[in-house]
Amino acid sequence: MSAKKASNVSQIQEDRVNSVLREIMAGDPVRIALSVLLGFFIGAIFMVVFNTDVVKSWSNFGADPNLALSTVWWTVQDGYGALFTGSIFNLSAGSFVEGIRPLTETLRFAAPLIMAGLGVALTFRVGLFNIGATGQIMMGLAGATFISTRTHMPIILHMLVAVLAAIICAMLWGVVVGVLKARTGAHEVIVTIMLNYVATSLFTYLLREPNLLLEANGAGTPKSDNPDGTARLGRLLGPDFNLHYGLIFAILAVFAYWWLMERSTFGFRFKMVGHNASAARTAGIKVENTFIWALAISAAFAGLAAANQGLSVDGGLTASIEAGIGFDAITVALLGGSRAGGVVMAGLLFGAFKAGSATMQVSGVSPEVLGVVKALIVLFIAAPPIIRAFYRLPSPSIKIIESAQKAKAAKVVS
Amino acid sequence: MKLELRNITKRFGTLTANDNISLTLEPGEIHSLLGENGAGKSTLMNVLYGLLQPDEGEILIDGASVKFNGPGDAMAAGIGMVHQHFMLIPVFTVAENVVLGNEPTSKLGSLDLEKARALVKEISDRFGFQIDPDAKIQDLPVGAQQRVEIIKSLARNAKALVLDEPTAVLTPQETDELMDIMRGLAKSGTSIIFITHKLREVQQVSDRITVIRQGKVVASPSPKASASELASLMVGREVDLNIKRKPPKVGAETLVIRDLTVLDDRQHQMVDGVSFSVRDGEVLAIAGVQGNGQTELAEAILGLRKIHSGSIEVAGRDLTKSTVREVLEAGLGYIPEDRKKDGLVGDFTISENLMLDGSYAPPFAKGFEIDFANRDRIAEELIAEFDIRTPSATTLVKQLSGGNQQKVVVARELGRELKVLVASQPTRGVDVGSIEFIHEQIIAARDAGKSVVIISTELDEVLALADRIAVMYRGRIVGIVDSKATREKLGKMMAGIAA
Repeated sequence: MSAKKASNVSQIQEDRVNSVLREIMAGDPVRIALSVLLGFFIGAIFMVVFNTDVVKSWSNFGADPNLALSTVWWTVQDGYGALFTGSIFNLSAGSFVEGIRPLTETLRFAAPLIMAGLGVALTFRVGLFNIGATGQIMMGLAGATFISTRTHMPIILHMLVAVLAAIICAMLWGVVVGVLKARTGAHEVIVTIMLNYVATSLFTYLLREPNLLLEANGAGTPKSDNPDGTARLGRLLGPDFNLHYGLIFAILAVFAYWWLMERSTFGFRFKMVGHNASAARTAGIKVENTFIWALAISAAFAGLAAANQGLSVDGGLTASIEAGIGFDAITVALLGGSRAGGVVMAGLLFGAFKAGSATMQVSGVSPEVLGVVKALIVLFIAAPPIIRAFYRLPSPSIKIIESAQKAKAAKVVS
Repeated sequence: MKLELRNITKRFGTLTANDNISLTLEPGEIHSLLGENGAGKSTLMNVLYGLLQPDEGEILIDGASVKFNGPGDAMAAGIGMVHQHFMLIPVFTVAENVVLGNEPTSKLGSLDLEKARALVKEISDRFGFQIDPDAKIQDLPVGAQQRVEIIKSLARNAKALVLDEPTAVLTPQETDELMDIMRGLAKSGTSIIFITHKLREVQQVSDRITVIRQGKVVASPSPKASASELASLMVGREVDLNIKRKPPKVGAETLVIRDLTVLDDRQHQMVDGVSFSVRDGEVLAIAGVQGNGQTELAEAILGLRKIHSGSIEVAGRDLTKSTVREVLEAGLGYIPEDRKKDGLVGDFTISENLMLDGSYAPPFAKGFEIDFANRDRIAEELIAEFDIRTPSATTLVKQLSGGNQQKVVVARELGRELKVLVASQPTRGVDVGSIEFIHEQIIAARDAGKSVVIISTELDEVLALADRIAVMYRGRIVGIVDSKATREKLGKMMAGIAA
């Protein structure tokens, strides 16, 4: 009796934690859209408050209030206008090809974010808070780089083998997490954080090894050769654009993810475990094995992102080629509500941030504002009560009561 | 003390949980509050105890309006509450628990346990509770723990006691003892609000009855009202409490369990050498007070819990070491005791929940893909067949009432080819209308020649369904009797006394 009661209390606490986590990971589209909006709004405040012109005009507010207000407006317009110019379409460009280039850059930056984001999203749906994409990308990079610099194969085949190597290496890294969780009960958050460090150092170590990944005639710096031409991801739209075949892989990945999660029996099992592992176990599902599979498949998506990075560089790569994608992937998955379509949108938004930050800097707005916007969006998504308070949305518990009442009403009708 | 709740209204969003409820509690009166789960009883009591503030209406004590901002205020005003789940610290003694939060101190400020002990002894003797002040809570049976809760309230001079579903955890004998205690308390001037959905107890002990349905007071029937009258008031329509069933046509022994021993997570032996068999076409009920190994027994049969020794056979096939999926595929249907935790995925739709344990194979799967057409067709069929009241098959299960949720579980398990049905607490937290329906379905499965095991702590349910009754006590089967066994005899067996 006594122990049972104690376990009831901890059960209730655990339920509360889980329900908040689930709310965060499930991602209600309205709330996400509002988070993005609020993020941009506060980003605009930053732009305004730290702009010297604005400060000057406001110190003379009494003399010329119109100027003060219009400076605020123009500052924000310049800042986000530059983001548009740098990431979607350059209206002042001489030709259409020049004008559309920013959009292709956005797509190029978005592709790896989407692929890695899908991986993280998959584990969210299984109820795992996996933050190991960084490590998986590192291992994928090691595999892709080895194949692309140390082996020689015909064109296309070489590239495909390199991509496959990236996927397999990343998957192995993911399976380690899954097995540790399933067999020892180790928490995936701790395991993935630590394995990220291990993988990053391991990749750098491999880059230093003359027999493995170090460039020919390389000195001490951990850097690889340029990938073989046969293994590179070719340009998709000709030499005028940097966009490469990574985008095709991203599109395939999106469809694969959608099919897996929405159509296949595996996805159903993943979601079942994610929502209620206890019911899944009672329904005959081996929950531990499901964790391992989910982490392996999730890592495969991270491996694709690694291939995208490793097979598109010019002039050899270092560990910095990862470019924070593994971490951004968590944000993309959260922002995308772990749905295929949502991840695409979130990946495009973050790709646009990456593509547009240079033009923002040129126009005099510090691109760090985008970092603030990005961080705030995540903060708002991770703390649903903030967004609910700001927009005065009803809490989900009330929503449930209301819908229960509707169900009751329906019962009366029938 | 005369306690009055006047025109209490409490809303949550657009839901009115209490709609203009008035209730009077005279000194020394036992007032039963009868209603189904979700009728608004708990909300009303939380208002009375200061945990919720009413939107309209007021609370009066001896004619004067009072306002409670929290349980502390309510306790100070002389209202005591005994919750369904006890608020006791298991490793403390009775005396320590009773004075917790209100400790008597000596002049130097240290805890005066002598005073506490004397207080417990005095109250215990006055009402014949037979409680040792120095016993540790964890060593006491549940019924005694409940009396400690009552002492706790009385020690704080409670004049009005609220007992929230107090008999849910008790054996029939303990229930009778509690009824005696309640009468004794009432005689001495303490008034009692008795919250329950068990009709028999209401009839036994009430001075006055108030029936609540959908947040409103619907009737104040006389304490002499019959059970079926009370049930009809509670549900809002005629209810037939007696299931008609034909004598069983038994066939072969399909589920055979031999010398089964099962350990719980802490390696305590929860099932201890249990043997029984169930024949096709009969219902074997496993009766017993909660926590005597029934849960572990059910989990072991399903393959969820490792079997320490002994064997389980279904239709001649040994399933002792089988996985859950193998057991399910061997033709065992399973209704878990906690449907929200083990039986359903609340965030899934009804149609998804109906394929929870069969999603990997036809008819629900076509290769590696879910067969959506079949899924939807089967869902529509089962919703109609099992009378699941819902706006649509795509409604999320968490939005359904408890009764309809349970019907989803029952529909899923009975909706496929079965040899054996194991149902744990099949009607716990379910409205009376759904209880009727689920019982009919279980009997229909029996009449269709399936072996049925019902695990229930509700004696009424056991007697309504069983052809044979096995009583479990501390992991062992005390005895297996036929369905003509008296309530009294079963009660004794539930306390461990062999028949």
